[in-house]
Amino acid sequence: MAHVRYTPEHEWIRIDADVGTVGITDFAQQQLGDIVFVELPAVGSQLRAGAEAAVVESVKAASEVYAPASGEVVEVNEALAEGPENVNADALGGGWFFKVRLADPGELEGLMEQSAYKEYVAGLG
Amino acid sequence: MVPFAGYDMPLQFRQGIIAEHLHTRTRASLFDVSHMGQAILRGDGAAEALESLVVADLQGMLAGTVRYTLLTNEQGGIIDDLMVIHGGYYLVIVVNAARKEADFAHIIERIGDRCDIEIWHDRALLAIQGPEAVKVFAQLAPASRHMLFMTAENFKIGPMICGATRSGYTGEDGFEITVPAEHAAALADLLLEDSRVSMAGLGARDSLRLEAGLCLYGHDIDETTTPIEAGLTWTIGKRRRATGGFPGADIILRQMAEGPLRRRVGIRLEGKVPARAGAEITDRRWTIGSVTSGGYGPSVGGPIAMGYVDTDFAKPETEVEVLVRGKAYPGRVVKLPFVPHRYAKMTP
Repeated sequence: MAHVRYTPEHEWIRIDADVGTVGITDFAQQQLGDIVFVELPAVGSQLRAGAEAAVVESVKAASEVYAPASGEVVEVNEALAEGPENVNADALGGGWFFKVRLADPGELEGLMEQSAYKEYVAGLG
Repeated sequence: MVPFAGYDMPLQFRQGIIAEHLHTRTRASLFDVSHMGQAILRGDGAAEALESLVVADLQGMLAGTVRYTLLTNEQGGIIDDLMVIHGGYYLVIVVNAARKEADFAHIIERIGDRCDIEIWHDRALLAIQGPEAVKVFAQLAPASRHMLFMTAENFKIGPMICGATRSGYTGEDGFEITVPAEHAAALADLLLEDSRVSMAGLGARDSLRLEAGLCLYGHDIDETTTPIEAGLTWTIGKRRRATGGFPGADIILRQMAEGPLRRRVGIRLEGKVPARAGAEITDRRWTIGSVTSGGYGPSVGGPIAMGYVDTDFAKPETEVEVLVRGKAYPGRVVKLPFVPHRYAKMTP
């Protein structure tokens, strides 16, 4: 059973064995508004947890997406090149950004479970 | 990701910027632009006095007309862009929110002794914009349907006296309506009662004006850009071209004769990457200018930008590249506006 964790910067990471799929949360896509472009990392590039990994351009502004965990990018969601609006429509599913082979699964310990993230978002209101 | 902060102003309502933008292009949207500065100038010498600070031929204006003009500085730069409404025995000016204090201080200091200037602190400004705006507003003010673009009229709507101009900042037909603040909510409610009207925020206002090729003060024009460079030569009245008499006239008129070294242009980018203010523009080798406004154009369906480039590269169809986060993206210079204006003008 895949396990999802959340960052305070509103990324999610779904862990499947040693690969994590990363996207932004529904709260994040709502805050950003209409998304018109997503700049993804190169396959094979190395990400460091907390460092910039992608950029989301909404009609309003450009926003950075940070890597929830360190590791090598093994796949990116090519469909976002033609359909960036998928992030608005299905942030937690078809709007995923990239997959990273986890260098240190221990890094995930510091991230939030869904219930904690829900509370966190509610507290931002 | 940092959550989007600073929601003090309505950047958007529930539908989102793209939906609000497209609704404005097809139906009608209501914008609250009460943050803009409004003042009334009274006295026989008002037009002549204000004319000493701006490039328009104000003395040649007919009562009931509106002009878009520029306050200039001694270097030929632009202090602000503004609307002047000729009310017969008075002028009303509408200036940018971020500039209102500076503008009013500048105007009062220079011509305060030549006319009576009253800043309207207690008036709201509502804009209804879009192809159906006239049908909506004419239900409240029937004679407004006969107004032409850039004319002004006063209307009594119930207990309210409103001043309406047929103008806007979207490229669409519509009205901008000044009303005492105490009546603003009631007027907004009346306009919103019409099912054709939706609220729109500053996000849509910005994407609409960008597609319409209209300047945003502080981005596309400022104290370092001249009206000639900005492509606003048309705002300089015929008589003013001959006689000058506005700040920076020597520089501006010389530049008009000789041609500017740089020009404001529109740029249509290929692909989907929006290039925002500050992005460098190159001829694919060297820097030729930079973007002053840019983003996604919902009606264009892709990224668009305005910026200044060296005059040699200002011709439409010139191929350029724009640098976004260090990567070069191809685009080409295009004629402004990106989306044709649809103003209520007389057709022959």
